[in-house]
Amino acid sequence: MLSKAVRPGVGHYLHVAFCVAVLFFLIAPILVVVPLSFNAEPYFTFTEGMLRFDADAYSLRWYQQVATSDAWLRALANSFLIGGCATALATGLGTLAALGLANPAMPARPLVMGLLISPMVTPVIISAAGMFFFYSSLGLAQTHFGLILAHAALGTPFVVITVTATLTGFDTNLTRAAANLGAGPWRSFRRVQLPLIAPGVISGALFAFATSFDEVVTVLFMGGLEQRTIPREMWAGIREQISPAILAVATLLIAFAVSLMLVVEWLRRRGAVERANG
Amino acid sequence: MEEQAKAGEAQEGVEEAGSAPSRDEDEARFGVDAYVEFDDVSKSYDGVEQIVRNLHLTVREGEFLTLLGPSGSGKTTCLMMLAGFEVPTGGTIRINGQAVDAVPPRRRNIGMVFQNYALFPHMTVGANLAFPLEVRGLDKDAVAERIARALQLVRLEGFEDRRPGQLSGGQQQRVAIARALVFEPRLVLMDEPLGALDRRLREEMQFEIRRIQRTLGVTVVYVTHDQQEAMAMSDRVAVFNAGRIEQVAPPEVLYEEPERPFVASFIGDNNLLRGKVAAVDGDTCDVTVGDLTVNAFMVQEHAVGDDVVLAVRPERTGLAAEAGMYTNEFEVRVRDMAFLGDHLRVLTDVGGQTFVVKIPNIVGHGGVLAGERVRIGWATLDCRALRPAEDAAA
Repeated sequence: MLSKAVRPGVGHYLHVAFCVAVLFFLIAPILVVVPLSFNAEPYFTFTEGMLRFDADAYSLRWYQQVATSDAWLRALANSFLIGGCATALATGLGTLAALGLANPAMPARPLVMGLLISPMVTPVIISAAGMFFFYSSLGLAQTHFGLILAHAALGTPFVVITVTATLTGFDTNLTRAAANLGAGPWRSFRRVQLPLIAPGVISGALFAFATSFDEVVTVLFMGGLEQRTIPREMWAGIREQISPAILAVATLLIAFAVSLMLVVEWLRRRGAVERANG
Repeated sequence: MEEQAKAGEAQEGVEEAGSAPSRDEDEARFGVDAYVEFDDVSKSYDGVEQIVRNLHLTVREGEFLTLLGPSGSGKTTCLMMLAGFEVPTGGTIRINGQAVDAVPPRRRNIGMVFQNYALFPHMTVGANLAFPLEVRGLDKDAVAERIARALQLVRLEGFEDRRPGQLSGGQQQRVAIARALVFEPRLVLMDEPLGALDRRLREEMQFEIRRIQRTLGVTVVYVTHDQQEAMAMSDRVAVFNAGRIEQVAPPEVLYEEPERPFVASFIGDNNLLRGKVAAVDGDTCDVTVGDLTVNAFMVQEHAVGDDVVLAVRPERTGLAAEAGMYTNEFEVRVRDMAFLGDHLRVLTDVGGQTFVVKIPNIVGHGGVLAGERVRIGWATLDCRALRPAEDAAA
């Protein structure tokens, strides 16, 4: 009786098999890119040599090509410049917005919150088209500044959401205590509130950066040749010069995305531990 | 510092032994001038319900004053208005003669101990204490010296590098007190600071807070709903009920001479009997309670026919072994009784209203049985005729 109760039944194995299948379905298309990026031949498929694990069938030539290409390096610089500036803007504005929304005296909170996160739910193609016409009339289309503003608008909702989530657990007595001890609003924010909501601010910033970093639609609309980012260059690479170099870039981006996710997870755990200690 | 503390303890001893301090002694200790003054202060959040109603209260310099009342009686709101976190909807609060309506919390220079301590969890104990000093621009040496002194005062020497999360509740409490005192404010507010501690620790901290307050001579306004805490710590207690102060007096006076039915029932136990004044003679009166007539001391002026509430403490009543022991004696039937170790609690009716008699468990208490008829009594001075509360609910 007892052993029967402990031993997993057929249903359990079916369940595990189903989960593995789902994970495979999600990850396989991404993982397949990684070995292909080491292809010695200019093909997007596995060569016979690769399948035989023949060392000569693998090479780093596409990585080398990326590293020595002006177009790719410019795209990399653009991605970090636009992504970095857009993230700074989105983080600053998003954090301020979340602080304001956390104030019980704030009028029309759900409405403002809805407006702030609307870029996240609006289809990007619509935002991008709208921004294109609006920014063109301001002379901001085809400028780095214009793209930074556009990406900041797309990234802000992530910051608002993560910081708002962190603020729900924030003890308002702490800011009262800071004021009582003589601190002005800025010092109270810098020394007391910001360090405690930092995990939320940083993970929001990482999401905002990731949003900008893999965004292609607004760049297609708003960016000129000078504003090509990595995803835009990949877009061009697929359409114009079918080269496994984009597989090398894709592999690098996957590695980058995974490390960002690890940082977010680490921050989340640290936050949980600190709350438990607090 | 040590000597002062001893002097404080000695003083406490005297107070416990003696009766209420006379008005002259009182004024010598605290002076006559108000340090904190609530002048006709009102507060309403929604414009309809008044949380605090036309409140007048003065706190003298160096005094330990407790705001005591049930939850929702307005005591915490008053403390928050004094700290500057809430703005009165009417009236003025003055500190040291200056109206503070337009002064933001950070400019009031008031120490405060919050209910959940509100220590900064990401800072060490030392950084928590340094915070108000750095705001005030003290140099590093002065900061270190003040921190050491404050930690010594709360007996937590050497805890500078610990985080609040690593401390016990009682230790966090001490850090919170040290932080409220480290910038040497003249006024310190405490909002139910002992609520989260267990009973033994709470009693220990009551003495600690009292010792520290006497050592430094700071003015303390303390909020609690625990009447024993209020009695144990305070120079004076303001009893709050429904946004008003019912009575402000030293603990002994509140207990011995309550002026309002709410105070009589909130501080210790009291039998409250409703009756009508039948005759007045000087400062005593005869009051009809059911079919009985009770002789009582008049706290306020009453005329024949007035409704009054009589307050009689259970421990001031007794069995009348022989007639004539008390000015009020009645034969009553024992409805029930309970043996509680040091005393017997006897439940009876006086004039049709429930009445409790507390009989000390001493040799010859006579053993009262339920259903028995006994003769109970009390003195006129122990029976206070009070004006009934305006609203029947109170």
